[in-house]
Amino acid sequence: MTENILIVGVGGQGTLLASRVLGALYAAMGENVKISEVHGMSQRGGSVVTYVRHGDEVASPVICEGEADVVLAFEQLEALRFVTSLKKGGRIIVNTQKIMPMPVVTGAAGYPEGIVDKLIAAGAQVTAVDALAIAEAAGSAKAVNIALLGVMANITGADKALFEQAIEATVPPKFLELNKRAFELGYEFE
Amino acid sequence: MNKIMIGNEAVARGLYEAGVRVVSSYPGTPSTEITEFAAKFPEVYAEWAPNEKVALETAIGASIGGARSFTGMKHVGLNVAADPLFTVSYTGVNAGLVIAVADDPGMHSSQNEQDSRNYAIGAKVPMLEPSDSGECLAFVKEAYELSEKYDTPVILRLCTRVAHSQSAVPLSERADLPLKSYEKNAAKFVMVPANAKGRHPVVEQRTAALAELANTAWFNRVEYHDKKLGVITAGDCYQYAREALGDSASYLKLGMVNPLPEKLIRDFAASVDRLVVIEELDPVIERFVRSLGIEVEGKSLFPVCGEFSQVTVREALGVAAVKGCETAEKAPVRPPVMCPGCPHRGLFYVLKKLGVYVSGDIGCYTLGAGAPLTAIDTTVCMGASVSALHGYNKARGAESAKKSVAVIGDSTFMHSGITGLVNIAYNMGNSNVILLDNSITGMTGHQQNPTTGQTLKGDIVAAVDVPALVKAIGIKRVVTVDPYDVETTERVIREELAADEPSFIISKRPCALLKYVKFPNICDVDREKCKSCKACMRIGCPAISIIDGKAQINRELCVGCGVCAQLCKFGAISTSAREG
Repeated sequence: MTENILIVGVGGQGTLLASRVLGALYAAMGENVKISEVHGMSQRGGSVVTYVRHGDEVASPVICEGEADVVLAFEQLEALRFVTSLKKGGRIIVNTQKIMPMPVVTGAAGYPEGIVDKLIAAGAQVTAVDALAIAEAAGSAKAVNIALLGVMANITGADKALFEQAIEATVPPKFLELNKRAFELGYEFE
Repeated sequence: MNKIMIGNEAVARGLYEAGVRVVSSYPGTPSTEITEFAAKFPEVYAEWAPNEKVALETAIGASIGGARSFTGMKHVGLNVAADPLFTVSYTGVNAGLVIAVADDPGMHSSQNEQDSRNYAIGAKVPMLEPSDSGECLAFVKEAYELSEKYDTPVILRLCTRVAHSQSAVPLSERADLPLKSYEKNAAKFVMVPANAKGRHPVVEQRTAALAELANTAWFNRVEYHDKKLGVITAGDCYQYAREALGDSASYLKLGMVNPLPEKLIRDFAASVDRLVVIEELDPVIERFVRSLGIEVEGKSLFPVCGEFSQVTVREALGVAAVKGCETAEKAPVRPPVMCPGCPHRGLFYVLKKLGVYVSGDIGCYTLGAGAPLTAIDTTVCMGASVSALHGYNKARGAESAKKSVAVIGDSTFMHSGITGLVNIAYNMGNSNVILLDNSITGMTGHQQNPTTGQTLKGDIVAAVDVPALVKAIGIKRVVTVDPYDVETTERVIREELAADEPSFIISKRPCALLKYVKFPNICDVDREKCKSCKACMRIGCPAISIIDGKAQINRELCVGCGVCAQLCKFGAISTSAREG
């Protein structure tokens, strides 16, 4: 079996670090892992997507339409953009934070309303969470990524201790305490 | 020991393990990290060269000097390095020489999607193509063995999905190789016509020998499963094919894509009912197979344009598609934008206001083409802003130079802008060139360059004195402006446009993302004073939006550069010291 996790967000939100933690986690569990990301233009506040695939055999590094078991969305609009990547009945964990894209900023387009309901209507199991608030409670808005991993760890029934070890192995020591708090608060989210 | 790493890091690890001593490259997505990771090994000398031609020539010199050497670049970089490539094919090497080239199918961050395999064929150089990080490392080491055994440079072809995907890589120790001795050998290394005539047949014999090797070498392998469908493929496409077809097809997985193995292909073709080539971009393998008189399908099923995935393979071969969540809702696009505080923003605002023709170049500032600035008229390749503006103005006459500028970044100017400027000075041009000097190579993620005063390894060195260089070329009018000062920038550009001789304007401000750049201020809108004129929206700053009809500044994003405040005629935007 291969599990497909899609991480989506906006350039600068720390999606890459989240994927590295997952890579360390599944590698420690002795599984095959492939992670794919695109650098370059996407870093400049653009839409970013990272693919994490793990299991016995993983060939392709990418996840296509309808193939994701879990979508971890760092921003509402990005959740909507990538919901079609999710399997029917798959789980989407969405940070309720909104970041306006340039067409919305300039007034050329509107930011869609009621995104969570639209995700449900699309056939997803939705967990909506204010990860920004959790991260701020942990000490810094920058910890949104690890807070979301905490939420995901609880929902997917992952081994909490292994998850924490993966965070320790990935996060720079100076931010470790902050991130451990963010993970814990995310994990406790109901 | 296994480590999860991106393909580029695995290539760098391969260089280390292969005993490589000298690395010289120019950054370019998706190749940049190879050289950055290589620089972390104290045993490896690594540098950023001003361009890919210089980088390859440096690596050639190091190879002749007896050190295993390397250069890495993106696909379009190989165009720049093509001149030495075609002749180093003739000279061959002393110590091993490997050139990594990273193609970008789908153009995630490139101006075209050329297929580098055509260069391997044209230059008659062997090319290996890994399909994951583990193969990146293994193929690099094999490339050095081939290079030295067959006396040839070897190209390692990557694509975005291999360069930037992580998978497990088994690590080993570094090979402890002594520096090879150098012996003068004019017949081999001095490519005057008489000697080159002697070398060309050697190249042909070498290619024939490598083609023979390809029939039995470990890196070309056959995987027999169901023989109703046989797939010939390489690189990332092998992974997509495996994902989509699993054991319902047999595979000839090529690790070497030039030269191709005739006997191996004939045997494989004869053992399957239907033969399909799966390759992104050009039908390189397909054409070869067809040239052997073998019936094969390829581009009749698969696109030439764009990046593949398992879905491409499923669709082309009629495998049932996966159905997922469905929504009719369209999410507004989120294009990349200039960062808050980006020094390019004020400059492009002025250029748009002046309505001039802007000959553009390659870098973060290419984002100046996007809404709402839409200031750029052309983008072709590195350095083309300067030389193409000269041609534009020669075509359109003297008045044209008063209504046009070229914009080029500091690193791109060092790469290939200088010669264009020489052309303007030499051929009595009147073109105006604006150097967007942000003190770093920005787009590829902050690499040092000859104007920054620091090397890849962190040594502090003398920076190129750009004004002195430009004056030495023969441009008399050289002026520096601060793009955060919108009014002065506009006045200076107007003056230089009006002058009857070429000008060089240096728009100088470090990239807002550089760690040493501190922003003590923040901007705020006084809602009472805001008249909803939206003048501040013309600069496309992601920190500013209109909320309930009035401008509002996002304090998380704003760095207090103050450009927006200068555009407000009603004094509604203030700049003040950030608290804390």
